Amino acid sequence: MLGRSPLGPLEYTRRLWLRSWLAAVFVFLYAPIVILVVFSFNDSRRNIVWQGFTTEYYVRAAENASLIEAFTNSLLIAFVSTILSTIIGALLALGLWRFRFPGRAALDGAAALPIVIPEICMGVALLVFFNRVGWPTAMPWPLNLAPIIIGHVAFSFPFVAVVVRARMAGFDRSLEEASKDLGASEWQTFWNVTVPFMKPGLIAGSLLAMTLSLDDFVITFFTSGPGTLTFPVQIYSMVRFGATPEVNAASTVLIAVTVLLTVIAVRWQRPDKEAAKLG
Amino acid sequence: MRESDAPIVEIQNVTKAFGRLKAVNDVSLAIPRNAFFALLGPSGCGKTTLLRMLGGFEHSSTGRILIDGEDMASIQPNRRPVNMVFQSYAVFPHMTVAENIAYGLKVTGVPRAEIGRRVTDAIAMVRLDGMATRRPDQLSGGQRQRVALARALVKRPKLLLLDEPLSALDKKLRGEMQLELVRLQHEVGITFIIVTHDQEEALGMASEIAVMQEGRILQVAPPRQLYEHPTRRFVAEFIGASNSFACEVLAIEDENARVTSPLLGELVVERAAPKVTSGTLIIRPEKVRMDFSNPAPQPGEALIRGTIDQIAYFGDLSIVYLTAEDGSRLQCSRYNVSRIAAPDPAPGTACTLGLHPEDLLLVGD
Repeated sequence: MLGRSPLGPLEYTRRLWLRSWLAAVFVFLYAPIVILVVFSFNDSRRNIVWQGFTTEYYVRAAENASLIEAFTNSLLIAFVSTILSTIIGALLALGLWRFRFPGRAALDGAAALPIVIPEICMGVALLVFFNRVGWPTAMPWPLNLAPIIIGHVAFSFPFVAVVVRARMAGFDRSLEEASKDLGASEWQTFWNVTVPFMKPGLIAGSLLAMTLSLDDFVITFFTSGPGTLTFPVQIYSMVRFGATPEVNAASTVLIAVTVLLTVIAVRWQRPDKEAAKLG
Repeated sequence: MRESDAPIVEIQNVTKAFGRLKAVNDVSLAIPRNAFFALLGPSGCGKTTLLRMLGGFEHSSTGRILIDGEDMASIQPNRRPVNMVFQSYAVFPHMTVAENIAYGLKVTGVPRAEIGRRVTDAIAMVRLDGMATRRPDQLSGGQRQRVALARALVKRPKLLLLDEPLSALDKKLRGEMQLELVRLQHEVGITFIIVTHDQEEALGMASEIAVMQEGRILQVAPPRQLYEHPTRRFVAEFIGASNSFACEVLAIEDENARVTSPLLGELVVERAAPKVTSGTLIIRPEKVRMDFSNPAPQPGEALIRGTIDQIAYFGDLSIVYLTAEDGSRLQCSRYNVSRIAAPDPAPGTACTLGLHPEDLLLVGD
């Protein structure tokens, strides 16, 4: 009898060097985040040596008015731009998936442009654009966030479109025909058959759009003014005066918010939950 | 019911062109009320296009389609008194069985209480009791098809269209569903129009069959007539198997023709239709008598000598493939009626085939 069966071609986890490689990858990916979170509880002005546990910097971050303002701005921008880019992206995806029209290929290519052009170019372009059209700068909050929201929608809706289109590629068109055959109008068919099928794509796409908006720095930097700093931009300006645990604390909160949103979304779109409820 | 003798569907000179290709080419057809009507043909013959035009999913390039006397030209699919069972079943994946069946009633504003009652009846009718809260991914292919059927029938259409409904099922289930569909059709008294490329399916279920080829209808007839009196060679070869012999017509004698064939000599055979005045002689393989001795011909019978090439054994019957003296290929089927009968003869064995002129038919090319 053999002591152990021979290695199969896909049994990666039984090879020591591969396991070490895997561990190394995880360390490189997650160690910085773990350190960030751990040091947000560090009782020290500097972020180098562990001095002891404290939640003081969370309190300080919460009391930092400009940080809170920036955080509010970020959440509001993310919320509005996610809704807009989900709608525009989904409509674009549907249009490209469903119809054949002249210029379709050109539109397809143009829609993907914001994904491929460098963010810095897009930032400069938006800056120039808002100057050219003479966009009013002295607007009351929250209207002064409009340029940033427009910028965020501009670069995130193509991502939504890509995700939704990938989802629709698996759609059986006879479902729509069946719906009409059973007496439903175009609108009833769209809401009762097409949208439910599209839902996982919509959720994934909007999550993507929200994450892109929450942590975008470059484009926001070019489109934000003194009263419209977002969270990443505010943290950047704080880091310039030294990375204090306060920055760590604020970042940790952002990470927590993002993770929480993701978990909720994943939970919510799990199909077997609904089935279990009914069965 | 008004004009109960009038056909439920009238298709008048309908042509459907996709670019230069005519998928349906000048088709005229009347489908009687309460029929189980089959559109049969090889893939690409236009049968599905014709069915989709009845459902309203394709528009005819020219011609008219009347359903129950009403012109369907400007009527959208959701307003037609017609329901369809799609080839993929198209059962809504995010709805339960009951929700799927109720869908067509809900979107057209049928009162809630009535929906509940009709859905329950429909579920019982297709024998899906106890499955009302299941989701499509928890159902087998056959059950999903029953959902699609119930969903269409619950609307009480004047016409039920079925697009290759059995093609995705395995052979045994297909047989059961054939019986089930015939039972349902009798029960609900709705005209069924089924599209299929499977001749056995059409013969086994339909009360009338239209055979299509390249966008045209070649023959419309009940199953038995289609098999025993095909008017065209294509129909004869598409429905069941047949042996064909080139022949020359010497004279037309009422229903019959005096023909001469190099292999069979001179005979008098029936013409498949009055318009058939030349063509090919056909005979079905099971009507060929095979003999291994050197028999004298029975009265009127034509004899062919040949050699066995190959034998395909199917259990209930064996098909013997032969080459005749002049090199033409023939087939002959034999039912294995006795469990202890002598085994099939070996390839290479010489034999004699007896063809009775009554079993031969002159069909058009």
